[in-house]
Amino acid sequence: MAAGQALPELASVPWRERTDAAWLKRWGRIWHAWTVVYTVPFLAAGAAMVLIEPLAAPVAIAALAHAWIIPELYAFRGASVVRPKGPRNETAEPVAQGLLGDLLGHEERELQRRTGLALEPGGLGVWLVGEAGALLVTPGGRRVHCYCVRTTEPELPPSDRVAHLLLALRVDEEGFATVANHAFAGAPWRVRRRLPHGMRPALDEAKRKAR
Amino acid sequence: MLFLMARLIRMDGTGHTTVAEWSAADDAAFEQAVAEFRSQLELGYIGTVPEGPGKATHVRELPREADLVIMRRPIAGG
Repeated sequence: MAAGQALPELASVPWRERTDAAWLKRWGRIWHAWTVVYTVPFLAAGAAMVLIEPLAAPVAIAALAHAWIIPELYAFRGASVVRPKGPRNETAEPVAQGLLGDLLGHEERELQRRTGLALEPGGLGVWLVGEAGALLVTPGGRRVHCYCVRTTEPELPPSDRVAHLLLALRVDEEGFATVANHAFAGAPWRVRRRLPHGMRPALDEAKRKAR
Repeated sequence: MLFLMARLIRMDGTGHTTVAEWSAADDAAFEQAVAEFRSQLELGYIGTVPEGPGKATHVRELPREADLVIMRRPIAGG
C-alpha cells in the first residue's frame, strides 16, 4: 500500500488480520454455518418431540420459537449498528449536513438525507455508512456484513459523524473494515426487516448496485 | 489574476470550522495554514484530503496544492 494510503487508526489494532474480500467470504460462511448450528437442533428437537409424544407439543413450540428468535436477535444486532444514536446536536447539524453533502454525489446526497445512510461503492462491495456503524453489501448482493465503528468524539453532530467514517473509508477501505468491529453477516432480507423503515430504501439501493 | 482560496477545516461540535485559508501564491498565508495544520495534528486530529468521488488521502503535511483539507478525529470499533 502506498504511503499515506493506510488508515492511521490501524496502529491501534495491530493484532487484527487485514480485512479483504477473502476474509469477508470466509466470515460470511462462518456466520452462515453458525446460523445453521444454532437453528437446526431446535427445529429437529421440536419435530422429534411431537413425533415421539404429541402431548409434548407445547415444549416443541418453545423449541421452534428458539429457532426463530435467536437468528432474529443476531440480525437485530446487525441492523442496530446503523440506528441513529448519540446527541442530535440540532444547532450544528445543518452546517455538518452541508459539508457531508459536498462529499457526496447528487443521488447519494438525496439518499442520505432521506435515509440517514451514505451510500459508497467500494472495492469490497457497496457500503452504507451511518452515524456509528456501516453495512457492506458484498458483490452479488447476497450478503451483508455489519460493522460497529464510530468517531472518537461522540458529541459531534450526526452528519459529521457520518463524514468522519466516510472519509476514513475513502482513505483505506480494507483498513476501515479492519478497524471496525464485525457484528454480523447474513442475508440482506434478515437485516432489512430489522432496520428502521426509513433506512430500508438505502439497503435496497445498495443491494441493487451490488448486483 | 484570480487565485482560489484553499481551506483547512476542522470537523467539530459546530459542524465545521475554517481554521485557515491560503492561496498557492501567498506564502505567508500558506505558512500560517501549515502552523495551524500542525497544531491540529498535535490535538489528535487527522488530516484528510477529499479527492472526488470515493477517494481521499491521509496527509501528514499540509499540501499546498490541495483545495480542501479536512481535519477529523480518529475512528474506532464501536
